[in-house]
Amino acid sequence: MSRLDPVLALLAALAAIGSLLLPVGTVGEVPIASWTSVAHVAYCAVVLAAVGLFRLRLPAWASGVIAAAGIVLVLGWLDAVDLAGGGYWLLLVSAWLMAWAFAQRLSNDLASARNDWVGLLVPLAFGVTILVAWEAGVRGGNVPLVILPAPSAIWARIAANTAMLWADFQQTFIKAVLIGYLIGNAVGLLIAIAIDRSPFLKRGLLPIGNLVSALPLVGIAPIMVMWFGFDWPSKAAVVVLMTFFPMLVNAVAGLNVTVAMERDLMRSYAAGYWQTLWKLRLPAAAPFIFNALKINSTLALIGAIVAEFFGTPIVGMGFRISTAVGRMDIDLVWAEIAVSAVAGSVFYGVVALAERAVTFWHPSMRQAKA
Amino acid sequence: MTALARGNTIPVLILVAVLLVVWYIGAVWLNAPVILDRLSREGVTPDFFDLVLRTWTYTRPILPAPHQVAIDLFNSTLTLAPSNKRSLFYHAWITLSATLLGFVLGTVLGILLAVFIVHNAAANRSLMPWIIASQTVPILAVAPVIVVLFFNLLTGQNLIAQALRLNADGAQLASKGVISMYLSFFPVVVGMVKGLRSPELIQLDLMRTYNATVLQTLRLLRWPAAVPFLFASMKVGVAASLVGAIVAELPTGAQSGIGAKLLIGSYNGQTIQIWSALILASILAGLLVAIVGMIERVVVQSMGARA
Repeated sequence: MSRLDPVLALLAALAAIGSLLLPVGTVGEVPIASWTSVAHVAYCAVVLAAVGLFRLRLPAWASGVIAAAGIVLVLGWLDAVDLAGGGYWLLLVSAWLMAWAFAQRLSNDLASARNDWVGLLVPLAFGVTILVAWEAGVRGGNVPLVILPAPSAIWARIAANTAMLWADFQQTFIKAVLIGYLIGNAVGLLIAIAIDRSPFLKRGLLPIGNLVSALPLVGIAPIMVMWFGFDWPSKAAVVVLMTFFPMLVNAVAGLNVTVAMERDLMRSYAAGYWQTLWKLRLPAAAPFIFNALKINSTLALIGAIVAEFFGTPIVGMGFRISTAVGRMDIDLVWAEIAVSAVAGSVFYGVVALAERAVTFWHPSMRQAKA
Repeated sequence: MTALARGNTIPVLILVAVLLVVWYIGAVWLNAPVILDRLSREGVTPDFFDLVLRTWTYTRPILPAPHQVAIDLFNSTLTLAPSNKRSLFYHAWITLSATLLGFVLGTVLGILLAVFIVHNAAANRSLMPWIIASQTVPILAVAPVIVVLFFNLLTGQNLIAQALRLNADGAQLASKGVISMYLSFFPVVVGMVKGLRSPELIQLDLMRTYNATVLQTLRLLRWPAAVPFLFASMKVGVAASLVGAIVAELPTGAQSGIGAKLLIGSYNGQTIQIWSALILASILAGLLVAIVGMIERVVVQSMGARA
């Protein structure tokens, strides 16, 4: 779809011209004209020059540099105006279109020559432009704090409250999530190995396990809080229940992927049940087990936080979120969301890395590496 | 009979029976201390059968017996008019409407995103990693917050609120639907991207020899090839939507819906009500998945595939 490239470049240039013509914003009641800023005029000149020079087909490096400059300019204006005007939004649009053109061109270039590190640039650039649009939209448009705080405000809140956030993180993640995750997965795996020997149990438990996996199990949280008290054991119990069934279903499926020929080979080596299990069937089941571990990494965090809505000691991410919502302390809520998002992604990432190390032989991994 | 013996029906039924027995024993085990404590204060020592019967009929049990849940479920659904606020059907409908709204929106969004991703290399590279990363974020855990934020957005003094003009109920419904949408769009995107790419090169080449446009290829080759993937994803998505709608109702001061019922039951120590709301939610989840499965069978058959 390289037909899109020139359209994007043309639109970006038009938006840049428009941003020069309209006022960039107001200070008090006084409108500020864009051409009072040398940087803004220079940006527009560079965009027009580049679009003319490359005849609408900018190479990736050119659109990338221009997009970066536009982003810096967009963020720079934020301190200079109170409320953004038409010129400002057009500048943002122009920088966005340039960033899109950059992603477009780079992906087309990459389609022929693979390079994983440059390939990372595209999603990274997308993430950065989303953050910039968020910051610019919230601060330039004076969006009230109760609806959405700016990323910079959230970051300031995180930096100011690291001790409290760390205590919440320890209570929720280190205690409830990790302990529940380990117990739930271990029990799920052990029971899968146990019922694997009995075709009767397998036929009976698998449909039930599949059904339970689709159920809103997180609703069990109030009951667990009633049974195990307010502190972390009740949260860990919710996590155990939520992680158990995906592991059971996946592990049973994984233990069945070995074919008769492979098992016959083990028998011809005079391998016993446990040797076959350890050397053939468990490694063969590893992709399925890791699939469950990845699903469960997110489920565990969800279970622990939701369980805290039903009662906690006065620490924990779920507790902090629910009380901060009540006090309309929205940037603290977003700080907790950011912490939980990072924790969830890192947790998932660690499991995915472990998967890559353990199941390096699997076709999907080899394809990803090649 | 032989088909029945080979199938899963008998093992499942036997295991369900075993689970029910375990449940009854668990009810005795968990409730007995409370009852013994109460009786000893009255100076009564019950015999064994009396104790067991009391543990199964206690009004505020730690673990209610299955028949108590079944009776409460029956009383709060079939004996009351569906419009009655004490009826579970009323609450189920509140949750179900948010679920369906979010599910439909999420499916449409997922299909559109998948079509975009399949046809645009830049979208593939920049969106796909973030779509996957978006699901490692425990959004369900912060769903109640998102609901509050959207509720503020939809009822506040701003352009979006003025354009939509929702009343409080509508805004509540829409903000819960957002969570359901977020949870259900993901499986649809992933499944549809896989499905739209499933036609083989030789089939795509055939379309090219017919001089088919991109749109024609999409309509005549990619879309039919993706339909089985779509339904598999929708089954996952509809279950996730329901969970999202329930959790979205938790601590947001929602007065109605299955999630609110859970929360109220938990505050008042009404264990039986919590259990019957949970069971109803499970039945609802099963029904939704079954309905999607039925639609799948009809659609796939009408497309000429053999089951």
